[in-house]
Amino acid sequence: MATLTLRNIKKAYGAAEVIKGIDLDIEDREFVVFVGPSGCGKSTLLRMIAGLEPITSGDLSIDGKRVNEVGPADRGLAMVFQSYALYPHMTVAQNMGFALRLAKVPKAERDAKVAEAARILQLGPYLERRPKDLSGGQRQRVAIGRAIVRAPKVFLFDEPLSNLDAALRGQTRIEIAKLHEELAVTMIYVTHDQIEAMTLADKIVVLQAGRIEQVGSPLELYHHPANIFVAGFIGSPRMNMLPVAVDGVSAAGVSVRLPSGVALTIPCSGAGLSAGSALTLGIRPEALRPDENGPIAGTVKLVERLGGLTLLHVETEGIEDMIVQLEGLSLVDLHQQVRFSADGAALHLFDQAGQALPALARHSLVA
Amino acid sequence: MTDSLTKRLVIAILGWTVALLLFFPIFWMVLTSFKSETDAITARLAFAPTLAAYGEVFARANYLAFALNSVVISVGGSVLALAFAIPAAYSMAFHPTQRTRGTLLWMLSTKMLPPVGVLVPIYLLFRTTHLLDTRTGLILIYALMNLPIVVWMLFTFYKEVPHEILEAGRMDGANTWAEVWHLLMPLTLPGVASTGLLSLILCWNEAFWSLNLTSSSAAPLTTFIASFSSPEGLFFAKLSAASTMAVAPILIFGWFSQKQLVQGLTFGAVK
Amino acid sequence: MSASLTGPAPGHDAKAAPAARPVARSLLVMPSVLVLLAWMIVPLAMTLWFSVRQYNLLDPSIHGFAGIDNYTYLVTDPDFWASLENTLILLVAVLVITVCLGTLLAVLFNQPFPGRNVARVLAISPFFVMPTVAALIWKNLLMHPIYGVLGVVAHAFGVPPVDWFAHYPLFSVIAIVSWEWLPFALLILLTAVQSLDTDQLEAARMDGAGSIAQFFFITLPHLSRAISVVIMIETIFLLSVFAEIFVTTAGGPGNATTNLAFLIYSRALLQFDVGGASAGGMVAILLANIVAFFLVRTVARRLET
Repeated sequence: MATLTLRNIKKAYGAAEVIKGIDLDIEDREFVVFVGPSGCGKSTLLRMIAGLEPITSGDLSIDGKRVNEVGPADRGLAMVFQSYALYPHMTVAQNMGFALRLAKVPKAERDAKVAEAARILQLGPYLERRPKDLSGGQRQRVAIGRAIVRAPKVFLFDEPLSNLDAALRGQTRIEIAKLHEELAVTMIYVTHDQIEAMTLADKIVVLQAGRIEQVGSPLELYHHPANIFVAGFIGSPRMNMLPVAVDGVSAAGVSVRLPSGVALTIPCSGAGLSAGSALTLGIRPEALRPDENGPIAGTVKLVERLGGLTLLHVETEGIEDMIVQLEGLSLVDLHQQVRFSADGAALHLFDQAGQALPALARHSLVA
Repeated sequence: MTDSLTKRLVIAILGWTVALLLFFPIFWMVLTSFKSETDAITARLAFAPTLAAYGEVFARANYLAFALNSVVISVGGSVLALAFAIPAAYSMAFHPTQRTRGTLLWMLSTKMLPPVGVLVPIYLLFRTTHLLDTRTGLILIYALMNLPIVVWMLFTFYKEVPHEILEAGRMDGANTWAEVWHLLMPLTLPGVASTGLLSLILCWNEAFWSLNLTSSSAAPLTTFIASFSSPEGLFFAKLSAASTMAVAPILIFGWFSQKQLVQGLTFGAVK
Repeated sequence: MSASLTGPAPGHDAKAAPAARPVARSLLVMPSVLVLLAWMIVPLAMTLWFSVRQYNLLDPSIHGFAGIDNYTYLVTDPDFWASLENTLILLVAVLVITVCLGTLLAVLFNQPFPGRNVARVLAISPFFVMPTVAALIWKNLLMHPIYGVLGVVAHAFGVPPVDWFAHYPLFSVIAIVSWEWLPFALLILLTAVQSLDTDQLEAARMDGAGSIAQFFFITLPHLSRAISVVIMIETIFLLSVFAEIFVTTAGGPGNATTNLAFLIYSRALLQFDVGGASAGGMVAILLANIVAFFLVRTVARRLET
């Protein structure tokens, strides 16, 4: 059982405020991912939850109890550091058992817990080795094992995969997901990698410049980004942004005119909009389809063939580098003229402040 | 091919020449100590080795008492300096405040105060507190004298320890004591060792305070050797024997520990 | 306040208040600061006090307030100005010699050659020799005009031997002190040379840099940090060279090798003039502070503590 509540949490270093008031509820057994560009404050926020950084103001509660003043070891949390922070002078077993040793747990019990963690993580054969004799992936597992042994209520992960190579990263990501399933605990995970966020999270918290931009399930963020920042951050390749002008508002949605002069209707609520006002149209690369009669025309500037997917970089009116992601192998040639259409429901409109216009209908997969 | 061979030959000759030149005074001292006094005042390399000079030095002064004082005072001063410096360097490296940098520089600047500037007050203070000619007195002085350098060296070692390791320790429930004892000390043992070594060498060779604050009962080898300096300066063999005996312990110790010392002697100059 | 200044005991219950802990831990520096402060302030205050008193250890009847008499006496004493000059000459000369030679030797000992490790150990050995012994060996075994090795060698070549300490006293002291400190400079600079990234040198070679260009454009800039450290630490010790002078020349002939340290020593413990010695001490402290001010500032900028 562990729920976390953050109420107006702030962090300032002198006059510089780096966390500007965070309100967040984390449910029991939830997998929450803090995601954002570097410097957005996600790691600082995690370290404040861990107790490694003092909280300047606001309330942090675990299971309803305010823990601002409680030391890191007594909050019932465990943390996996980006660099793993293994103790280089201790063996794997000693690394995992250090917390229990400090807590004066009897040796037999300690050994049993370490053995159990080693079993879960398949570290059995390495218990007597020192960190320097392990591979990157094994070190990573020891770091997780050190957390498991303490049987914490909440696991904290600070960019745990960023020091692994791409193949291992994918594999470890799956292992962490399994671990969450098996241990059934609350996990908070910090990353700048939106793929990790999308695949692992029950709930994603998108942060920018010390503020929460949006909180929601991965699909909610994907299909209904609250603003341009979230829209650009979630999804890969990035959403294409085109400047458009409002033509009119009807029951079917907002009609806009593309820079090329073509009109489109997007099923969004256009309350308060007047004809001619400027908006930004967001089109995901995967929402575009080749269509001889499509409304969007352009010239192919670059083709990236990934085998299963093809990425086209297209120059079109209003945007120099519009990315189009096509399934399978496309035979489009460089410098070819192409036309595309897009499903209106997959398009997004943002006002001048960058806020999304609310969609008329929620996506079927998003509650 | 021959070009690089010539170059390597030149380097080898140059390297060895320099090394032998720098070492020559020590070599000559040891050589002379085995001569008779008549041989000693010649530069002759062929002579009948004798231990006569050593015998005379032993007969005249209680070498072992001086040597013991040197050991006790050097070790005592270094240990005391480390005891003060480890918490200080820990605090400055891992829990810096705005004043940390200034504090470190200030500490170093106290080291710039010439001891002679404060000799008189210290002498008088020691006289009133009966610390003159005591080991305790010199241990205190040496610890204070080396403290800034010891703090600085440890600080540079501690700066290299990743913060995350200590933070992991705190997550695991380590208090300050456990953090320093179970994590920091084992991690920086080579650094602490080389700091201790340097402090030991500086203490052993320190001559200003030992000459001025001790006379007999706490006198270390620097005082021992000074007593051989002026009146009998021309008894080269005896002088060399005494010098060799004063230098040998720390020199041999230094040779054996030089790897350790060299590794540590960077003062953060190497990044 | 005073209770917390002593720093928390190791077993101090750190768990109770994490917010207070960083503060407590940053207070662990206080014991060192306090003892150093005492070590500095108490004698300094006493020196300052004595320097304005008439105070002679031999003659207790002379006492009373001296005002600036001790200082006026000091600055009108030609020995004082000579000692100031000698102190600075000694400092600068030894620094130049040890840093220049040390740099060259560091590069030399970084080249592979047979027996390099033994040669290195021999070369750094003088660092372990105590100043008193160094001075004695040099004075008697090496530089003695008749029996010293240098004299014998000169004689063998038919050159009249030189009485080093009579004719070139300050130079002789500089030679001894340089011999002691060259290994230290070598040690630090060698570690720094070894840490030089060979990629950089190879890139320079690809760019057409010869050995000399490599040294000046790559190695030397890389060493600047280490050189600052050497200068800083040597200065600390060189400003108060004492044993070498005490053993070899006792400040003479005349005042040719009397540095500030030795001048104060002779005032205080040979002439028992505590007042005059303290005034000299104040000047020494002032000088050290001036040097420290510039040095610490320059070095600190490089060291990025």
